[in-house]
Amino acid sequence: MAMATRKIGSTECVHSGVSTCETTGSVAPPIVHSAPFTFESIGAALDYLEGRSTRRQPEYGRMANPTVTCVESRLAALEGAEKAQLFASGMAAITTLLLCTLKSGDHVVLTSDCYKRTRDFCEGSLSKFGVTTSVVAPSLEAIEGAIGSATRLVFTETPTNPFQYVVDIEGLAKLGRERGVLTVVDSTFATPVYLRPLEFGIDLVVHSATKYLGGHNDLIAGVVAGRAELVQPIADLLATLGGICDPTTAFLLGRGVKTLALRMARHSANGQAVAEFLEGHPRVRKVFYPGLASHPHHAIARKLMLGFGGVVTFLLDADREGTARFIDRLKIPSLGPSLGGVESLVEQVILFGYLDIPPEERQRLGVPDNLVRLSLGIENTEDIIADLQQALNDV
Amino acid sequence: MRLASKLIHPPGGTCQHTGAVHVPIYETSTFKQDAPGRNKGYDYSRTGNPTRDALETYIAHVESGRHGVSFSSGMAAITSCLMLLRAGDHLIATAGLYGGTYRLLTQVIEDFGIFSSFVDTGDLAAIEAAFTSSTKALLVETPSNPLMRISDIRAIAALAHRRGALLMVDNTFMSPWLQRPLELGADLVIESATKFLNGHSDVLAGLVSTNDDGLARRLKQIQNAVGAVPSPLDCWLLMRGMKTLAVRLSHEQASAGRIAEWLSRRPEVERVLYPGLETFDGYEVHRAQADGPGAVLSFVLGDGLNAGTFVSSVSVWTLAVSLGAVESIITQPSRMTHLSYPREELARLGLSDNLVRLSVGLEDPDDLIADLETALDLTRKPG
Repeated sequence: MAMATRKIGSTECVHSGVSTCETTGSVAPPIVHSAPFTFESIGAALDYLEGRSTRRQPEYGRMANPTVTCVESRLAALEGAEKAQLFASGMAAITTLLLCTLKSGDHVVLTSDCYKRTRDFCEGSLSKFGVTTSVVAPSLEAIEGAIGSATRLVFTETPTNPFQYVVDIEGLAKLGRERGVLTVVDSTFATPVYLRPLEFGIDLVVHSATKYLGGHNDLIAGVVAGRAELVQPIADLLATLGGICDPTTAFLLGRGVKTLALRMARHSANGQAVAEFLEGHPRVRKVFYPGLASHPHHAIARKLMLGFGGVVTFLLDADREGTARFIDRLKIPSLGPSLGGVESLVEQVILFGYLDIPPEERQRLGVPDNLVRLSLGIENTEDIIADLQQALNDV
Repeated sequence: MRLASKLIHPPGGTCQHTGAVHVPIYETSTFKQDAPGRNKGYDYSRTGNPTRDALETYIAHVESGRHGVSFSSGMAAITSCLMLLRAGDHLIATAGLYGGTYRLLTQVIEDFGIFSSFVDTGDLAAIEAAFTSSTKALLVETPSNPLMRISDIRAIAALAHRRGALLMVDNTFMSPWLQRPLELGADLVIESATKFLNGHSDVLAGLVSTNDDGLARRLKQIQNAVGAVPSPLDCWLLMRGMKTLAVRLSHEQASAGRIAEWLSRRPEVERVLYPGLETFDGYEVHRAQADGPGAVLSFVLGDGLNAGTFVSSVSVWTLAVSLGAVESIITQPSRMTHLSYPREELARLGLSDNLVRLSVGLEDPDDLIADLETALDLTRKPG
């Protein structure tokens, strides 16, 4: 019987990890902008390099940075991980992780409803290096059916983007252990406040920290967390590939995380209220939100997760132009990709990433013209609903 | 260590704890204490912050001072220095100085019973004549903004000290790279660090340096009590800007010299005000106290030419207030930086609408000259 993630709240968000600077007492981590990290002498450098020193900071900022390290310690604590590694973006995190763990001849199982660029990377770039990919439905049965003798890794989002399917990650972790397959969960939509995949036995958790973790639509970053033996080789490869997170971004991310639990509560309240409102509206054909009883994965979502966030995906009763008109009439959410910020955003899903694909192919990928994704911010619920109401009147 | 090297290597510039070659940005308001009153050198960022401390050590180092104190703007620095005075005190200030300082002295500080006389500080006898029994300080800009009036810092320091007054020098037009008033006897040197020291039009800050322990203590007390402190990020950006002060200003100064020469030969230009020109009044005094004429100059357009049209006709220059940036800036002071002066006072000072101020940036001087030439052509055309 799966148990929902242990509740974590603002105390953990504010205080976990290294929170005050030991040398000055500064309650916020200092932003250390430095490329080289110098040594007093050759002797001191050798002491560090040969492991005799108490110093933890490597000689060059691509390998580690004190501000970044500090924020990593907070994210590791929130995920219940031994180690977290920050990256320049969510995609830098995912691609570095995949390049580190896979080699020619390996097979990857990916779930179908996932961020398009993750899928493109596996099917495109990784195939050039002799890695094969199977894309299957986001369910335990489908994943199990795709695992073969060459399968090295299973990668799934949960909840998925944009339909928010929730995979039974406890079953997935067990399956991974039995079959000797590494399990990776992109938990961007859930955040550690609502789901901590490592506690269910998943090997590695990935986030686009740009979204809820940063939370202010003002930075781009990614994170991988898990056991040190798994994360360290990824960190080492990162030092070579170079997709690192800069100290100011890390500082802003750490600052954003302090209000994560508060924000998630507001995002979820807005998400649930808007999902219910849309579900009852005659101009809306279907709503995908794991907090709705009508969502196919509602039961597993309720079992595993403590909340469902602010992303609501729905099919409008309109054609492409009617959907565009609806979005253009909205006053509160801005039109743009991304999600998880305090400001609401909306997108016609075909716009960003699917426009070059023919309509029939889009339909096959499950991305019809009337699909809308709302990322609800933390604005007043009544204001958002009133705004949706007036825009729907025009559909 | 020579100044160009001092600018690159401030004392304590490398972080002791991590080896970082730059000071960390301590964006923190408060500091955790071990026990009430027992801390690690910091308790609250208005009182002290490690990033700000590094900036204050750095500016003192390059101004040949023992102490540096930083503020959230150049005006906050001047205000804090004026708070060293008390009701009933009298101040002598350079006539025609920056409009913001004029506004502060005439519209704010006077309300606290501190009265100012505006005097041509290029004329020692005029200063002497302006002294009263309650004169406690002199505030001198040299070169002055925007008339480029030169004042003799050494002679004024001697006079001020003989009369028991403090000499404060606003060194913004020169920066310590070109002029170090503390070496010439000034008690306090004030910089709008927004200008050449930072140099990138992206920070507001003011800096004061001194060799006097008592004045420094009092200024630190004022800084903490009044609270016009710069943010840690601004302190850090400013230090980053200061590392290129010498290369920027040397280049900008060379371009300014060419532009001054070019303007001097133009029939449309009545007069060029730049201490790099041998014919300029104050040339010798400036040469004796500064290492160069700087990158700011003013000029007077001939009668019949509309300076408003001229400054609006440029495309490489940026029409704006402020100066000392990598971007070249053009200003019509009577309508922009010196609006706080009564019109008749501007006329009396010779600060006419025809006066144009240039701050030369890093663009190719040929582009800057070509742009001025085009603007002159456009201004000459009727209609």
